[in-house]
Amino acid sequence: MDADTAEAIEPASYTDAPGGHGETGHSDMVYVKVFVLLVVLTAFEVALSYSHIGRAFIPILAVVMVLKFGIVVSYFMHLRYERTSAFGRLFMTGLFLAIVVYIAMLTTFRVWSS
Amino acid sequence: MADVALHTPAGEHTTTGLSNTKLAVWLFLGSECLLFGGLISTFMLYRGRVIGSGPEPAKGWPTAGKLYNIPFTSASSFVLLMSSLTMVLAVASMQRGDRPKARLWILTTALLGCCFLAGQAFEFTHFYRDGAGYTTSLFTSSFYTLTGFHGVHVAVGVVMLVSLYVLSGRQQWGSEKAESVEIIGLYWHFVDIVWIVIFTLVYLIPS
Repeated sequence: MDADTAEAIEPASYTDAPGGHGETGHSDMVYVKVFVLLVVLTAFEVALSYSHIGRAFIPILAVVMVLKFGIVVSYFMHLRYERTSAFGRLFMTGLFLAIVVYIAMLTTFRVWSS
Repeated sequence: MADVALHTPAGEHTTTGLSNTKLAVWLFLGSECLLFGGLISTFMLYRGRVIGSGPEPAKGWPTAGKLYNIPFTSASSFVLLMSSLTMVLAVASMQRGDRPKARLWILTTALLGCCFLAGQAFEFTHFYRDGAGYTTSLFTSSFYTLTGFHGVHVAVGVVMLVSLYVLSGRQQWGSEKAESVEIIGLYWHFVDIVWIVIFTLVYLIPS
């Protein structure tokens, strides 16, 4: 390793954004708005669980759950501001494998069992 | 090709141009998805298996419908969501170099985590008194294992937050330590997203 050629690099974490609001470039109010949205979505889920809307119930809940999951990962975990996709790929690989595990278990017990 | 040594602003050697610690944390969180994926899958398979092998309890076999208190669990969800907000505010404050504010948000997050754990302890006690022990049925075993593992993760997060609060009180802690706060924040938000999935699949969707 040639020490003379060593260079300090910028953190490959966030996009270059002006504003002096931290490295993500926006104010705390954005986080508060995201939080309010999450609370509203949770309240909607709970209200839905008390209603009897029939077959649409589970698909709607699943969509809202995925939406909440995505919002937290994107805004609170800052994945949408990362300059590199490496972090997201690592995480999504784990998530994808977890879904494969679920499908494998479900088919093993519900489809392939006699 | 020239052998170029790269360093992060914190002086950490890296060959990828990315923070090694942050890369490791994201990899760890990816592996945690597998852990919780397995636990959630097991619960989903056994949620309907409410009849145990022993004698039937006096109140009948405990089922999800009899045990769950959705308003109470919704309040717990709100507390955990609130803790995610305070955590992200702690990270933002630290990145701006506002250490006192960051410490306040870190402490608030730890307290909210404690509130969530207290709620879980109350819920478990309530379920146990209603005849739902760990070995009562496959439903109760998988329920306690899944939510218990999540609770342990929250407890570990609280320990990390309290440690962070104590360490950040030292004079030499500046904005260059923002990554440490961010990394604990990533773990905390992960615990929150796992709860988002548990709350919907375990509590809201009937068996």
